[in-house]
Amino acid sequence: MLYAALVFLPIIASAIAGLFGRFIGARACELLTTVALFVSCALSIYAFYDVAILGHAVIVPLWSWIDSGDFSADWTIRVDTLTAVMLVVVTGVSSLVHLYSIGYMHDDPGRPRFFSYLSFFTFAMLMLVTANNFLQVFFGWEGVGLASYLLIGFWYKRPSANEAALKAFVVNRVGDFGFALGIFAIFYVFKTLDFNAVFTAAPAMAGKTFLFGSWHVDILNTICFLLFIGAMGKSAQLGLHTWLPDAMEGPTPVSALIHAATMVTAGVFLVCRCSPLYEHAPTALAFVTFIGATTAFMAASIGLFQNDIKRVIAYSTCSQLGYMFAAAGVSAYGAAMFHLFTHAFFKALLFLAAGSVITAMHHEQDMRKMGGLARAIPFTWAMMLIGNLALTGVGIPILGIGTAGFYSKDSIINATFLAGTPMGTYAFVLTLLAALMTSFYSWRQFLMTFHGRYRGGEGHHGHGHGIKLEDVHEPALTILIPLGVLAVGALIAGGLFAHYYIGVDASGFWRGAVAVAYGHGGAAELPIWVELAPLVLTIVGFAVAYYYYILHPDLPAKMAARGGMLYTFLYNKWYFDELYAFLVVRPAMRFGRLLWKVGDGLIIDGLGPDGVAARVLDATRGAVRLQSGYVYHYAFAMLIGVVALATYFVVAGGLP
Amino acid sequence: MMSHILSIIIFLPLLAALAILVTSGSEETRATTARWVAIGATTVDFALALILWANFDGASSAFQFQEQYAWLGNGISYHLGVDGISILFIVLTGGLMPFCILASWESIKARVAEYMIAFLVLETLMMGVFAALDLFLFYVFFEGGLIPMFLIIGVWGGKRRVYASFKFFLYTMLGSLLMLLAMLAMYFYAGTSDIVTLLNTAHFPVAMQSFLWFGFLASFAVKLPMWPVHTWLPDAHVEAPTAGSVILAGILLKMGGYGFLRFSLPMFASASLHFAPLIFTLSVMAIIYTSLVALVQEDMKKLIAYTSIAHMGFVTMGIFALTQQGVEGGIFQMLSHGVVSGALFLCVGVVYDRMHTREIAFYGGIVSRMPWYAAVFMLFTMGNVGLPGTSGFVGEITSMTGAYGVSTWTALFAATGVILSAVYALTLYRRVVFGELVNPKLMAITDLEMREVYIFAPLLIGTVWLGLQPGAVFNITQTSVDHLVSAYHAALGG
Repeated sequence: MLYAALVFLPIIASAIAGLFGRFIGARACELLTTVALFVSCALSIYAFYDVAILGHAVIVPLWSWIDSGDFSADWTIRVDTLTAVMLVVVTGVSSLVHLYSIGYMHDDPGRPRFFSYLSFFTFAMLMLVTANNFLQVFFGWEGVGLASYLLIGFWYKRPSANEAALKAFVVNRVGDFGFALGIFAIFYVFKTLDFNAVFTAAPAMAGKTFLFGSWHVDILNTICFLLFIGAMGKSAQLGLHTWLPDAMEGPTPVSALIHAATMVTAGVFLVCRCSPLYEHAPTALAFVTFIGATTAFMAASIGLFQNDIKRVIAYSTCSQLGYMFAAAGVSAYGAAMFHLFTHAFFKALLFLAAGSVITAMHHEQDMRKMGGLARAIPFTWAMMLIGNLALTGVGIPILGIGTAGFYSKDSIINATFLAGTPMGTYAFVLTLLAALMTSFYSWRQFLMTFHGRYRGGEGHHGHGHGIKLEDVHEPALTILIPLGVLAVGALIAGGLFAHYYIGVDASGFWRGAVAVAYGHGGAAELPIWVELAPLVLTIVGFAVAYYYYILHPDLPAKMAARGGMLYTFLYNKWYFDELYAFLVVRPAMRFGRLLWKVGDGLIIDGLGPDGVAARVLDATRGAVRLQSGYVYHYAFAMLIGVVALATYFVVAGGLP
Repeated sequence: MMSHILSIIIFLPLLAALAILVTSGSEETRATTARWVAIGATTVDFALALILWANFDGASSAFQFQEQYAWLGNGISYHLGVDGISILFIVLTGGLMPFCILASWESIKARVAEYMIAFLVLETLMMGVFAALDLFLFYVFFEGGLIPMFLIIGVWGGKRRVYASFKFFLYTMLGSLLMLLAMLAMYFYAGTSDIVTLLNTAHFPVAMQSFLWFGFLASFAVKLPMWPVHTWLPDAHVEAPTAGSVILAGILLKMGGYGFLRFSLPMFASASLHFAPLIFTLSVMAIIYTSLVALVQEDMKKLIAYTSIAHMGFVTMGIFALTQQGVEGGIFQMLSHGVVSGALFLCVGVVYDRMHTREIAFYGGIVSRMPWYAAVFMLFTMGNVGLPGTSGFVGEITSMTGAYGVSTWTALFAATGVILSAVYALTLYRRVVFGELVNPKLMAITDLEMREVYIFAPLLIGTVWLGLQPGAVFNITQTSVDHLVSAYHAALGG
């Protein structure tokens, strides 16, 4: 009952806001959805306490869904520690984002729709994390995809928003293609889609092969690989990441909730949920680490030179998700989930703080037009500072005290080092480099926005609608309160929960919800240089950013103008979009047109009906005057036809 | 009444048609009478279909509500009955008809009485197809359906209606001719045209099966339609009036799938197994080929017509996988497509009635004038895309699951349809609904009126309800499909 309320309150609120929004008014919609979410959040915190701390994991069956032979899936609420963590993250961030949106969206006429979508998203996400079978995960999976699509395209008059929404949905579908095939394969092999049944049967399948297409392949590696393709789409990993930066076309609260804290982490959740499968799929695990580490590196490198305040954070999100996968791939699921947990706080904080800056700047997002805002909006400045400290993982290694990222990100880097495999080493090197770049782009963004000389107010190339620094003010209280709450989380969540997720209490905390196979996280075995490396690199990153953007602020523009090859490559995001347009999008359209005009038109119709029809039409043009004929004639003809047929059968029936 | 309920369901619309025929008066009064008689008759027929459903015993795979009377003698009789497969189509037919009448309420202005007569006759024939348990009775209904549809396109259609209706007629006629030959051969071999007897006792020699199988394929492949005999469908859809498109997509296409289930699989098991790879190939071709073609369409109706063909690809794939999930998924997909595609054609009809064009480029940004329409259209678009929670998902996922175990390649290629459907459906939606409203002619476009709300509301509920509680359908089909699949495997073994 409690859990049902937790999951279904948001959808009820969403439905009311969506259907009756215009009758009850925008204010009522805001209050209704926000209150529902805060209730849901309170229940989630209770659930976290009950399930994760006290150990009362439950499975609540609701009712049946699909049932065709063995192929069956029921609506179920499963709450174990893994789910409980997600519940807190999802409802926690969602309720704060609802509150924040009341302020952020206050002058938008589409508010009922907006809040309805937000609550719908939360519901779909809750269905995803509480699923007890693969099909319900898929339901939530696609549901959040729909919500994301609707919210990215929320400002539907903007062509760029529509393009971005479409792109997000389609790229996610590419991932879902893999996910769906994974589900088919699971059903084919295990004859069930129920988590417990599949996970119990998994060890017996280890090393066995089956026919996939026309190849004999390892069962579990294949299934895990297919599921991971789904995860890559949702979590914007290498190759399928291109939608995430574009998704920033959506309103900023959406970016914080969906494209930073919750939906994009669903892929990580899926891999951790399926850890009993992945533990027996070493090749797939190695692939997960490879993709994760490479994405962490790639996204961070693109983030170095972006000028849009939101895009920097978007690439940062992409990169941090890579960290989580890198950890999951070396079986450090606890570390992956821990980073997911802390990342939700500080990344939502960063996005919402960026939204606060954007509001204060009257919807300006280009950092080149900011600078020196610290004095104008000191609270936002402090929030952004805390978010960056957490993201770059600042802390004191010797004492083991620090911000959220200090615990979770460093534990990932350590885990890759301790893995001792070639892939682990690859991940260790790339995540370290990514840490360096993370520090640079974070502090670059921070310094460009808040420090140095104010560069706004000069107008866009003489268009003259620049904003005077005197006009930049802190936004409303509903915007600032969520920032404060998240900032507290970003500061203390790491230290408070580290021992549960990855420390001494881990096995009592997870209780088998993830396979903590190799007992990672013991800092004692680490060489001191590995422990110190992240912090050193963070300081170096900060120093470089400080040098270029405070001491010599004219240098970056000069470098950009000179446009070295590496700079151009990074600024153009490794040319992924151009590559896809060239390889996939344009050929598909051309091919479609060819099939239509030549395949259908020339070949099929030409050989078939058109040739014949031409002759028939010639012959019957005089007899049948369809344009002006009376219907009675046809009815009569019809009758004759039926009679003729009947007569024919009587005759035919007379034969032996 | 229950012992004759099938006959009543079949002939009630025909009686109503006759009643309209004999009414006299001015054009105006006849039109009004015809509308009300038609809506009355189709609604009562739907109610009867629901009564039939309520009284149907889902636990039995036998044909129920059987009626049998002497007709032409010599093993040819008027034999009716329904099992867990055909009853669904009876309910679907009954359910869609009132909406078709409502959708034509104002948009049809010329020869209203005749139009209603054509639809009522069509309903009789369609109900007959799904209830017939005699080869020749089936054939009469199956072929008869051609004529009213031909007229609906040819008389009340768009500019190129003559071309479209002849193309439709030619394709279907040619296919049916081959089926008739096969039926005659069956009749002369077995000495009876009774479907129940044929199902239970007849075993056609393997060599003969191939010939018969292809005879039926010719007809059903055209009806469904399967690639490459699909090109009549886009033209027929574009020219047909809205309600004609709804019936075409909702019911007439399903006759093909139903035919495979009723004849090809159980009667020609060896041939079905032998030629399944051919069907798989054609299915995959249909899914990918027509999805790509749908991407580049400029006419809203043509686009949805092409997506119909792609969706039918899932049906043939599932059916010929010959597994419980495959067949049930295929049936479910047909049902779901009937509701979702029917609704999508109605969505096109809504803006067509207002603007008299279906050109995608004409529209754009209508969400700011038609928010309710936008919401309804979005939901059915999602059904088309196969989003979980809509009926489209259940059909696709179940049929692909069924096919996966039989042919991984087929499931693999079919699954690419999941990606392509998102592209074409959402591109259409974006171009029509989203964006800035720039065309000045659209400034005055009005949102859904009450009549349209009444049409969409039940279809909307149906789409979501089937998506969340597909058990309502699976419970009905389960036993019959189980019987079909095990009989099929028994026939192969024996």
